[in-house]
Amino acid sequence: MSVTVAHTLDDALASLAATPTATVLAGGTDLMVELNGGHRRTDAVVSVNRVRELRSWRHDPAAATLHIGAAVTYAELAAEPLASFAPALAQAARTVGSPQIRNAATIGGNVGTASPAGDGLPVLSALDAVVHLASLAGRRDVAFAEFATGPKRTVLQPGELITGITIPVLSGYQGYAKVGVRNAMVIATASACLAVDVPGRSVRLALGSVGPVILRAPEAEALAVAAADFEAGAIDADAVEAFGAAAGRAARPIDDHRSSAAYRRRAIEVLARRLLVRAFPGTPGGE
Amino acid sequence: MSTTAPVAAGSVVDPTITGRLGDSPARPDGVAKVQGSFAFSGDLSADGFLWGATLRSPHPYARVVSIDLSAAWKINGVEAIITAADVPGKPTYGLISQDQPVFAAEYVRFVGEPVAAVAANHPDTCRRALEAIVVTYEVLEPLTDPERSVDGSFPPIHPDGNVFRHQRIVRGDTSVTGEVVVEGDYEIGMQDQAFLGLEAALAIPDPGGAGVELYVATQWLHEDRHQIAACLGLEDEQVRLTLGGVGGAFGAREDISLQVHTCLLALRTGRPVRIAYSREESFLGHVHRHPARIWMRHHATVDGKIVKIEARFVMDGGAYASTSSAVLINAVTHTQGPYKCDNAVVDGWAVRTNNLPCGAMRGFGVVQACFAHEGQMDRLAAACGLDPVEIRLRNAMETGDRLITGQVIENVAPVARCILETAALPLPDEPVGGHDGDPMRLPGGAGLTADRSHIRRGIGWGVAIKNLMYSEGFDDYSTARCVLRDGVASLKFATSEVGQGFVTIAGQIARSVLGVDDVVLEPIDTTIGSAGSTSASRQTWMSGGAVDGACRLVREQLFAHVGSQHGIDPLRLAIDGRDVIDTMGDLRVPVAEASAGVTFEETFEHHHRPTEDLDEDGQGNCHTAFAFVAHRAVVDVDPELGLVKVIQIATAQDIGRALNPLSVLGQIEGGIAQGVGLAVMEEIIQTDGRVRNANFTDYLLPTMLDMPDVLVSLIEEPDPMAPLGAKGVGEPPCISSTPAVVAAIRDAIGKDLTRTPVRPSDIVF
Ligand SMILES: Cc1cc2nc3c(=O)[nH]c(=O)nc-3n(C[C@H](O)[C@H](O)[C@H](O)COP(=O)(O)OP(=O)(O)OC[C@H]3O[C@@H](n4cnc5c(N)ncnc54)[C@H](O)[C@@H]3O)c2cc1C
Repeated sequence: MSVTVAHTLDDALASLAATPTATVLAGGTDLMVELNGGHRRTDAVVSVNRVRELRSWRHDPAAATLHIGAAVTYAELAAEPLASFAPALAQAARTVGSPQIRNAATIGGNVGTASPAGDGLPVLSALDAVVHLASLAGRRDVAFAEFATGPKRTVLQPGELITGITIPVLSGYQGYAKVGVRNAMVIATASACLAVDVPGRSVRLALGSVGPVILRAPEAEALAVAAADFEAGAIDADAVEAFGAAAGRAARPIDDHRSSAAYRRRAIEVLARRLLVRAFPGTPGGE
Repeated sequence: MSTTAPVAAGSVVDPTITGRLGDSPARPDGVAKVQGSFAFSGDLSADGFLWGATLRSPHPYARVVSIDLSAAWKINGVEAIITAADVPGKPTYGLISQDQPVFAAEYVRFVGEPVAAVAANHPDTCRRALEAIVVTYEVLEPLTDPERSVDGSFPPIHPDGNVFRHQRIVRGDTSVTGEVVVEGDYEIGMQDQAFLGLEAALAIPDPGGAGVELYVATQWLHEDRHQIAACLGLEDEQVRLTLGGVGGAFGAREDISLQVHTCLLALRTGRPVRIAYSREESFLGHVHRHPARIWMRHHATVDGKIVKIEARFVMDGGAYASTSSAVLINAVTHTQGPYKCDNAVVDGWAVRTNNLPCGAMRGFGVVQACFAHEGQMDRLAAACGLDPVEIRLRNAMETGDRLITGQVIENVAPVARCILETAALPLPDEPVGGHDGDPMRLPGGAGLTADRSHIRRGIGWGVAIKNLMYSEGFDDYSTARCVLRDGVASLKFATSEVGQGFVTIAGQIARSVLGVDDVVLEPIDTTIGSAGSTSASRQTWMSGGAVDGACRLVREQLFAHVGSQHGIDPLRLAIDGRDVIDTMGDLRVPVAEASAGVTFEETFEHHHRPTEDLDEDGQGNCHTAFAFVAHRAVVDVDPELGLVKVIQIATAQDIGRALNPLSVLGQIEGGIAQGVGLAVMEEIIQTDGRVRNANFTDYLLPTMLDMPDVLVSLIEEPDPMAPLGAKGVGEPPCISSTPAVVAAIRDAIGKDLTRTPVRPSDIVF
């Protein structure tokens, strides 16, 4: 097996162009599991987690955006200063694996794996992230919603690298909640990210582990926008109930050895309600 | 060819370890394990060794039509390929009945059953060779419902039939009925031992194939040797075993897994062969805890006194016998739990199916029985309007009471004291949902699923009786040798150190009996007599008894020597600190001086008292001894999501005597972790005989974050029957902790839960 350790983006892209069948290695926390388990084989590896461009992030206050390099780790996302720019991503990061995993695992790897259970992904979905791709042939941007085409299937082409993602820095509550059978170090059986854009008067809800890809819940989102008092940060109890039910309807869960479809749908309803109450804790019409 | 196989742990003397009985000296293997330098059997190697690998059945039940090895033989680097046709001795093995093929010959009976093995120069070569072996199967409909084995509606899937054992217990007046009657159906899922050190072995053939040496992580060297030798067609003495470093066992290393395969490949190639399982293979390659369905009906007086118990057990033993028949006997004979009961009718079945084979796991049948009888005690409490503590105290067993087998409990039996001392331990001061909003104290933990207002708290109880040592007439013994010279004691035994700490206790015994500081532990191997299995909570009692006996005999020699040198009756001599003293005079000689240049050596076998078989009504003194324990669990539950955080477990355990209090604590905390696991997450899931979660991503074990605070009260009433006064402490912690946690969840949500592990959906729907 050939292993190339790239230090610059150009190096990485050149190596990938030279060996289009090469596998990209970032933190290796998904890839090594697959290789060791014999579920995947590869003859060539291009390691990208030392590439400076991918290791960095950039806040653009004017545009109110945050660009995060693909090789930024969950440990970095969970800590300041990044945590304040993207609070839900920080919460999601804190649910990932163990400290050892968070030190190695990258956001780019999470996007690359495109598992419906990837914890960073509902956040990227709720925030309408843009995924930046590059190859020697050029660069392109893909809306997060377009990136994954199925479980562990993406639009990524051979020779193409995820260089990073861009998310908006929103003003308003955002939170992530994840159900698993263990209190930490567990794959999500259902998860949800809620993000509120107060000035933009929008509520976004994305659902994980309840479909082939991350799902949005547009009916629930519209319902919340209509019912919420954005100034007072309040919403009435009936709207919370309806929001949960609509979120449940948006889920497309399956039965498998981890859980049942019925439980997953119920969990989504509960998570959606609780997240909405966290976003709008005030009592409607109250002081 | 030179070999570099490491010797077993603890074979060197560590002068910094000096503790005696009652102290908690450091473990001789402790620092090495923490620093990562301890040689587990997975780390074994020898010059020029080959890698071995196993081809396994993809079908739960199929006829093997043909096996074509031709393509595999063509692969460069393949040195041996063996199948059933290459087993020179007995084609089958097993602990109780030898019904399990070394390699499947005519039929495969579970997914994962070995069909062939290869030895090659590299693991990748092994993998390619396994892929190149073409096995043609005629796939058959699998038997996966144990009830069909009981009712006989499925044709036999093995020449020995589909029932491993049926045992009935009939006691007292079976026509008695109670004023209060409660009944329930209980279900226990399949738990894995999930030891961290995977199965691994290194076999080194003797020149000319006259014998073989095997380094292996196992629980019972001599039993392994006996079964291996039979399959190899060799005499026991031609097979020599040395314990490889063991990373946990919990019952899963009591049966043969890779032992015969490794030896066969080594003998076939004339080279050392090493096999090491992956985690997935480990799930398929060892036996598990029996899943069980249990029905119980308790009859009681209005004030809650049990008058009769009726029960039916069905335990799924999977494809091969392993220890199923003994597990069944443990389960049915513990039907009543630690409570008085004069009348009973119990029917128990351990059956064969095409599911994963089951056998020994910590608790050995009693875990299943206890889950059911403790569920029943709570139902009885509710029916009688009593609280869970009161109902248990009213029925608590005492020394002199009889089991439903008619056997009198002769041991110390402080059941009421276990309950009362547990009740006296403080409840958590932590408010529901934890202090100051630390999310890790809430159910759902890092997932931030809940706020305090969503959480409800519950408290539950579990109390257990557990038999210690082997049962049903087995002449169980352990052997130890002690040599004293120049103030240094050397101990030799074949006791498997699987992490439980026997090597620590052995040194403490020698220091206490002989007044020495330095104890050398010789390699743990088959060059001495059997120590029996490291299971059934038996090694401190059995091998501790053997070490104690050998050391006492040596001490007699020492006293005789000192006595004759000084003209003193040896009966007047005693050990005081590091000296031999005359209890009736002034003589004081350091042991080191008294043993300078002299060698005292003794070997001792400790046997426990005999036991009997059960008769057809399940009557007889089948067990050796008993220990008792109580657990109180406090849980926080999120009822809407079905998530649980176990907050605290309080326990009082009947241990006889704490020979090493820290070790006792370790057993209690570890056992509780395993009990919590069975209560809320650990289960091997099979559909149609196929395992769905043979990995640690989906077979979830509690981590440190899932561990409750554990409060412990040690009940020390030295047992006169135990050689050192100490009862076994390994199994009780994981027995009643599970029902306690489940009872606490029931209490929190006010809902009947009859299945363990409790899944989120069981709470929600
Ligand atoms: C013990 C353990 C616990 C875990 N727990 C969680 C959890 O709780 N939540 C969770 O979401 N995940 C979890 N994971 C999975 C994993 O950690 C995450 O998916 C992580 O984000 C993967 O990142 P990585 O850098 O390690 O990716 P790698 O394993 O290096 O790569 C993953 C995939 O993405 C591709 N890839 C990586 N970087 C790029 C790039 N820049 N461009 C193109 N393709 C790329 C790789 O080729 C590969 O296919 C866990 C894994 C382990 C081993």
